[in-house]
Amino acid sequence: MSTVAQKKGFGATLWDYLTTVDHKKIAKLYLIAGGFFFLLGGIEALIIRIQLAVPDNNFVTAGFFNEIITMHGTTMIFLAAMPLLLGFMNAVMPLQIGARDVAFPFVNALGFWLFFFGGVFLNLSWFMGGAPDAGWTSYASLALHSEGHGIDFYVLGLQISGIGTLIGGINFLATIITMRAPGMTYMRMPLFTWTTFVASALILFAFPPLTVGLLLMMFDRIFGTAFFVPSMGGNTIIWEHLFWIFGHPEVYILILPAFGIFSEIFATFSRKRLFGYSSMVFATVLIGFLGFMVWAHHMFTTGLGPIANAIFAVATMAIAVPTGIKIFNWLFTMWGGSLKFTTPMLYAAAFIPSFIMGGVTGVMLASAPADYQYHDSYFVVAHFHYVIVGGVVLAVFAGAHYWWPKMFGKMLNDTLGKVTFWLFLIGFHLTFFIQHFLGLMGMPRRVFTFLPNHGWELGNLISSIGAIFMALGVIVLLYNVVITSIKGEKASADAWGDGRTLEWAIASPPPEYNFKQLPLIRGLDPLWVEKMQGKKEMTPAEPLGDIHMPNRSILPFIISLGLFIAAFGFLHHPDGASWSVPVMIIGGIITFGAMFLRSIIDDHGYHIHKADLMDDDDKKGVEA
Amino acid sequence: MKKWLPKVRLFTLFSFMALLLAGCGEPFVSALSPAGEVAKMQYDLMILATLIMVIVIAVVTIIFVIALVKFRRRKGDENKIPKQVEGNHTLEIIWTVIPILLLLVLAVPTVSATFELADVKAMEEGTRDEDAVVVKVTANLYWWEFEYPDHGIVTAQELVVPTDEKVYFELISSDVKHSFWIPAAGGKLDTNTDNTNKFWLEFNSKSTDEAGGLLYGKCAELCGPSHALMDFKVKPVPRAEFDQWIDKMVVAKDAEHVPANDVAKAGEELFSANGCISCHAINPGEKRPTAPSLANFGDRSSIAGKLEYNKENLKNWLKDPESIKPGNNMTGTYDNKGLSDQDLDALAEYLMGLSVED
Repeated sequence: MSTVAQKKGFGATLWDYLTTVDHKKIAKLYLIAGGFFFLLGGIEALIIRIQLAVPDNNFVTAGFFNEIITMHGTTMIFLAAMPLLLGFMNAVMPLQIGARDVAFPFVNALGFWLFFFGGVFLNLSWFMGGAPDAGWTSYASLALHSEGHGIDFYVLGLQISGIGTLIGGINFLATIITMRAPGMTYMRMPLFTWTTFVASALILFAFPPLTVGLLLMMFDRIFGTAFFVPSMGGNTIIWEHLFWIFGHPEVYILILPAFGIFSEIFATFSRKRLFGYSSMVFATVLIGFLGFMVWAHHMFTTGLGPIANAIFAVATMAIAVPTGIKIFNWLFTMWGGSLKFTTPMLYAAAFIPSFIMGGVTGVMLASAPADYQYHDSYFVVAHFHYVIVGGVVLAVFAGAHYWWPKMFGKMLNDTLGKVTFWLFLIGFHLTFFIQHFLGLMGMPRRVFTFLPNHGWELGNLISSIGAIFMALGVIVLLYNVVITSIKGEKASADAWGDGRTLEWAIASPPPEYNFKQLPLIRGLDPLWVEKMQGKKEMTPAEPLGDIHMPNRSILPFIISLGLFIAAFGFLHHPDGASWSVPVMIIGGIITFGAMFLRSIIDDHGYHIHKADLMDDDDKKGVEA
Repeated sequence: MKKWLPKVRLFTLFSFMALLLAGCGEPFVSALSPAGEVAKMQYDLMILATLIMVIVIAVVTIIFVIALVKFRRRKGDENKIPKQVEGNHTLEIIWTVIPILLLLVLAVPTVSATFELADVKAMEEGTRDEDAVVVKVTANLYWWEFEYPDHGIVTAQELVVPTDEKVYFELISSDVKHSFWIPAAGGKLDTNTDNTNKFWLEFNSKSTDEAGGLLYGKCAELCGPSHALMDFKVKPVPRAEFDQWIDKMVVAKDAEHVPANDVAKAGEELFSANGCISCHAINPGEKRPTAPSLANFGDRSSIAGKLEYNKENLKNWLKDPESIKPGNNMTGTYDNKGLSDQDLDALAEYLMGLSVED
């Protein structure tokens, strides 16, 4: 919390956050909401592992188990991993390019609230007749067969939160293209900014197919169309294509920012510039590009024929090359460096072997004929958890420890951080390594139970024990967050002492305008460049002047709330509820009314005056 | 060296090997003990890929460990600034080219196997091999139907196939998407709702014998609450035995089933009175879309694809199907609560007498 917020009452703080358009506060909102959904998804994961700890278990029923796995996957991907990464992007990317905020602060807030209301709507399904139960992929034939409103919650909730993600991505693209500080050329951007840029481009191109798929599914379920009903001329394979044309780039939307986070951490704690920076940028762009060429490897067993399977197999293997380049560049960043093993650096180091495991099984899966065996077995479950947990979640934890001082002004406790790290890492490998073998031994994924004579007992038990370790690790992390916010050690501007990029040039936490004077960028790792020349701070690129700031607004919240309300109307429309259409209209009026207000009310923002800025300097000692 | 150390090493070695052996799973359901040509081909690809990946992992691990150990910041180094290296073109070319070469080693057999496994000319019109066995598989919510179109016979839940020759499959689903997977015999192929998928498998006589003569089949695509329980069995038998079985099934098409005793007779009446007969076929020539054929129920090896084949389990299944396969389509179609123990005995007697084997 900033020092300003602590002085306010709870109501005022709440209002502050409901109306904020400041990227640093929106980042905190993303972190809090994403963290909450991460815990929710984690509890769902624990239920899965308890149910599968022993054969023939009846801890949960078969139907409930399917709801749990569906919500675990959907929550973790859409409501936890992505928002947490978007949180870091919001917190750090504008600072790294020397900007005062993102290009569209209002849209930034709107993106968050849409995601938030979409996520809340999806999770309300637990209390309103049952959660979706067709898997996070929600394949059309099963989704249309599913009774109750679970799938409707899925379709509507993801649609709303998806719009939020999409406009968030567009906003980041515009920010990086237009708002870089003087001297910050593309090839001087930190790797985390680069990966944010490429991931945002992926969001821009990958989310529309999902939007289309969800819309068609919504029409099929709610208005009785037949896009996915073969008996009426529809086709269910279309859903698989639409979903995976989104779904595969989605993996890169998650993993590229994770690569970015680790690139920053490796460089900082090796006290060395990133090895092969330009090839890292090239590899990032190439991975993003190839990410769109390989979606059908999720459909090797759908029966697309040998030509399609062969092409997509080889294309998928090709992705291993740029990924390999990255791995070696990280290794050689450490090589010859001066490695300091803080908590973030431990995560970064552990990421390499963990992610390599996920990467090599990815190449194994690319071999189509062998994939006929792996597909939809626990081998695949092991593979994508190695990628997502071993890559993305480790990156989120690493990023949280690394940027916590910048975001909150206090250092997370390093000892507790290391306890979390070891518990989580051991638990992670214990849980998922054995699952490769379970899959090869014939265990299909998404099974609510298994029979005792199949030879899968030991593997499943080990896996469940591992899950407990992961849970303990997360509990220690939560304790760390609490204890730090109560009595954490205050962080300086360059909190780790070895900061290289711009965010470490300004106070922790930064003032609301970030940079009093925009800095002049004189090379890659701008702060490091200045430090090596014996300076303590950045050279300003402009004289001190008034700073133009955007006004706060409650409208993003209201626009999102309107869609949230309208969604209940859509949800109950197929039941023939008389109030369904009025609710849709009321929700629509709220949303479009708020948009109308936004359009007609002139909002020129306000200025922080030069005199106040000089005053600030004396109080906080803000640099640059 | 201490005396106990070699013993510890030996013990570690043994336990590691035991783990490795146990790691192959049960041969009737494991992809790691291939019982046919397709599974073998896929297994070989797995091994090839694993070997290549072990090389990659080894190289990375060595560099990783050396870097971590050698370059950690030591006392006295607090103010040392390492040389800021931009990159190294030779190294970068090496770690771009070598992975490409390694991938080519994997890509070539991958492409060739992809085409080989998709070769179903022998079942296609025009290039049909009259001797080739073709099975039409229809996946339904939690049960499997196997039709032999060349002979006009239908069975369910237990697939009978000849060994040591290619068996061709034509797959479709009647309700939601499922996936047809016999791990020991080869990889899976989805049963779509839209179109038929075709592929072939081969069942090796020696390996299937070693696996106990009965392989397990699984549904590999989430299809509803009882997805986990949608198993089937595969009984690979020598071609001569297979032909005999086909003949028996064909003969049974024209024969009226006569219950063996009075109890079974009472069961037959209950079977009609409760409306079972309107969904379940009891003639191997009949194909019913709503429920599995019971024409050779007496020859099955499990109840509901899950429980051991005995009278008690059959009675439990009939008494309360929901508790055994949640979400199945039989629940609620008859008055299961109203069936007395005697009724269940009679039904079980009747059903277990439906057999084409001698």
